[in-house]
Order: sequence, then structure tokens, then C-alpha cells
Amino acid sequence: MLKLDDHEQAMLAGAEGRARQWAMQQLIQVGRFFDAKELVKVSQVHLMADTEALGEEGVRFLEGIAAYPEAERRVRVPTVTDPRGADFTAYRRIKQKEEFVELEKRAADALRALGILMTDTCINYQTILPPVKGEHLAFGDTGSTIYANSVLGARTNFEGGPSALSAALTGRVPRYGFHLDEHRRGTTRFAVEAWLADYSDWGALGAVIGRRMRSYFEVPVIEGIASAPTSDQIKHFGAALASYGSTPLFHMVGVTPEAGRLSDVIDDRAPAISITDADISAYRASLTPADDTLHVVVFAAPQLSLIELQQLGALLDGRKVHPSVSLIATTSPEIKSAADRLDITRKIDGAGGILLQGVCFYQMHAREIGEANGWRRLMSNSAKLVNILGGYNYETVLGSMEACVESAVAGRIVA
Amino acid sequence: MSLRLVKGHPGIGDDVEGVVLAAADNFSARYDLDRINGVFSRPSHALYGQSYVGRILVLNAAKGGVATAWMLREMQARGLGPSALLLNFANPIMAQGAAFAGLPLIDRFEADITAVLKSGDRVRVSPSTGDVLILDRDVVEP
Repeated sequence: MLKLDDHEQAMLAGAEGRARQWAMQQLIQVGRFFDAKELVKVSQVHLMADTEALGEEGVRFLEGIAAYPEAERRVRVPTVTDPRGADFTAYRRIKQKEEFVELEKRAADALRALGILMTDTCINYQTILPPVKGEHLAFGDTGSTIYANSVLGARTNFEGGPSALSAALTGRVPRYGFHLDEHRRGTTRFAVEAWLADYSDWGALGAVIGRRMRSYFEVPVIEGIASAPTSDQIKHFGAALASYGSTPLFHMVGVTPEAGRLSDVIDDRAPAISITDADISAYRASLTPADDTLHVVVFAAPQLSLIELQQLGALLDGRKVHPSVSLIATTSPEIKSAADRLDITRKIDGAGGILLQGVCFYQMHAREIGEANGWRRLMSNSAKLVNILGGYNYETVLGSMEACVESAVAGRIVA
Repeated sequence: MSLRLVKGHPGIGDDVEGVVLAAADNFSARYDLDRINGVFSRPSHALYGQSYVGRILVLNAAKGGVATAWMLREMQARGLGPSALLLNFANPIMAQGAAFAGLPLIDRFEADITAVLKSGDRVRVSPSTGDVLILDRDVVEP
């Protein structure tokens, strides 16, 4: 039985307007589905609302909410946005259709009317307001969710767009899943003996473990990581794990805050599944193309941090991307400004690359831009991206950042 | 007379009857579907190339990202959605998407639902109780 307090009852009854009433109805349906006993207050919301996912119907819905009186439509907790479907400053460079951009503008106008901060980033945990251990959140991107839960010890389920919007309007989510101690225990133990150097290695490890995940509530515990990864390395690991496994939480013994020791998160007599270099190699081999044809190189999913952009800029400085290949990198508007100011954008632009802001590749109508630009063979250092784009009519190849840059310059895939 | 009743956890949405499209594979609207043409578009998916429009879609687990939470409503609005979703294991995204779209959804069945139901079965789906009734087998698919 899902219990509501007086304020929640009032919102459900419509005392605070139809937007909050709709939001309460959404939260209750999901809460009952997962046998939640109550709602829990959240301190920030990360909203995914790109127009490829929204479609015309979703944009119309947002415009409907935006049309309510201001007191009824304003969000109740700080709410930031995930990447959007178009970079308004650069969409023509990748031949995006005007109709998609127009839809994107309508969605952005509606979201602004709700008091939502258009941060347009999936790395808000690196760039906007990193969550704190124990903080209850409504995060709406699998990568931001797994990072907040695992690396920072905050508490959130995957809150997809309608649900994150409901959380923003009410300040609450149903208390189930990863808000509860019992679901945060590890369920499956992995002993890793692998050499992890490049971001793509960390992503590959996430993919290998993610493929073994059978349900949302399975929590992998990773042992054998000798020294703490960087924020960007564990970002790629988590994003790939969440993408392949639909997994919102992992523990890394000695690294993540809830797993100081193995026994803190799982019975230390539980059998461990061994993950070795051979598993990583087999995964990479599954993404090896038949020939060296290359159309586009993409650095995205997650958006690049300032440090990753600095690394990319250094690799591209003074070089030229081959005329038959496109090179695209995506980041947040804040980091793009920093890259402009710190002479990083110039190095990427100068080599013929395109640095986009506020977007991610797969959220920009990837199928249509692929067709418009003749992109079919795509190389990336993001295991998450190569996973997603398999369903978008791309042949995807995973390589290190260095291999991706060398291939872009050569005009063909080079190892 | 029904052939069999399968029990799941109480779900989301209204009762519906329809013809099953089933496979022992997983599901994400963004990762697996061509939502313009209403077919599975991921080459490695067990239902690759098949139309899910108007079907009772039966698969194993929710996979992938958060986009499905918005997408199910858009698919329904354009008349290019499934008529219900039956999974062994939904995740919050499927539940949120079903609630937003008004799409019937049931999960956590007493047996592997992808083995119990076969493509072509006609079934009645009752989310309020979590019941799925098999009404007829080997229905000729429209």
C-alpha cells in the first residue's frame, strides 16, 4: 500500500493545479508497480527530454504543461537537462533537418517556462552539481544515474523523462529500488584481471560485465582494480555497464564509497566470475569490421570532460582529418566555453573536426544524419555509443582515442 | 475456453486482447526499433525485421537507456506501437513509459513468459490483476 502525506494527497487531488496532479498520478502508478510504500523527497532532478525521444507528441505534451499558470507549472527542485537533439549553433555542419531543430526549439521553450535550467549535459555530475553520498535524486540518464549511485553514493533509480518531470513538479519520487538499503547490496561478484589503459578499455570492461546482467536489480561487485581510476575512466566504465546491462549501480571494492571492503556489499564467500584480457579482446573482436572503410569518428556518450577535450585537442593539433572522414566530438555548453577560452576548440577545428555543444551523437537523430552525410561505418572510443548505434543502421568499431584520431587522419581504420 | 492462465505481478494500464509476438530476447525502444516503420531494426535482435505494431509484445527484460519512457507514448500516438508489453523483468523506464503512454504492461510472471507464450497466440491481458489468459493458439497473423 502506497501511503501519501497530506501535501501529497492535496497535489493528487489537484489542489496545486493539473500539472502537479498529473505528476502525482505518474509517480503513484510507477510506485505501485514496484510495491513502494511511500514517496521520498529529492534534492535535484536531471531531465532527459531530447526531441528524438519526445517526438511531436511529447513536445505537445510539454507545451501543454508550459501553458498552465506560472504557479502551477514551476518545478519545485533544481532541475537540469540532459543533452538535446540539436546544437543550434552548428546543426547545419552535420546536415540536420530544420524540422528537427524547430521541434527542439519548441521543447526548449516549454522546458524554460517550467523554470528548468537548460544545461544540456549528461556529465552534470562532473560539471554542474556533483551529488553527495546518501542524497536522494531523480536522475534521468543511465550514465548520470550509475555514476551518482556508484561513484558518489547518492540514491536514484533510472528516472526517464516523464518520471523526472513528475519528480521536478512534486519534489518527490516513489521510494523503491536504489533508494532502499536492501537493493544496494551487491548480487554478483566479478574478479577482474585485465590491463585497462584507454577509456575504451574501461568501456569494454563495462560492456563485458553489462552483457552478463539479467535484470535492473542485479548489482555487480568488481574486485581487482589495483588503483583508483580517474573520473573519466570510471565514467566510461559506468556508461557502458549501464548501456549494455541497463544497470544503475555497481560497487568497485576499495574505490566506490559503499564498498570499502568486499564484505561491506556482498557475502565474501560468494563465487566470483573471472574477467580477463581475453574477455576484453573477445568483445573488441566482436566489433571488428570486415575492411578498413571509415566514414565518421565520434567522441561522445558520455559528453567529453574538459580533460578529455584537452587530450583530443593535443592529438589533433597541427593535423588534418582526411577529407573523406568526419570527426565529431560533443560536450556541454559550459565545457565548450571553457574549451574556447583555453585554446582547445581551435585545435579541433583547425584539424577539421567539429566540436558540438549541448548534444550527444545518438540523440541527434543519428539515423537521419547518417543518411544525410553518407555515414555508415563509425568509429568511437565509447563502448556505450557503439552499442546504441548498432540499432541505427551503423557498423560500429571501438578503438582508443589515439586509434580513432589516427584513423580519422588516415581516412581508414588503422589499429 | 482459455488454454491457460499465466500470473504476473499487477501491472499498468487497461485490459486488452491481441495476438502475441514473442522472443527470448530483451527490449529497448531506442536501441532495437525503427519507430518510423514499426519494425525491429537491430540486426542482432531475435525479432529483427518483424513488425510489432498492434501486437502483444513478449520479451525477456528491459534493456538499454531511458528514452523508452518518452517513446512509447509517441509510438502509440502515431498508431505504430504494440498493444501491450509483457516482460519477465521490466525496469523503471518501462513502467514510467507505460504509465505515460497508457500502454498495458505486466512483468514478473510465475514462469518464463517468453517460453509460455508463442508468436500467434491470442491472449487477454489484465494488468490490474497481473493475469494473462491464452485464448487461442496458432492464430493466423494479420
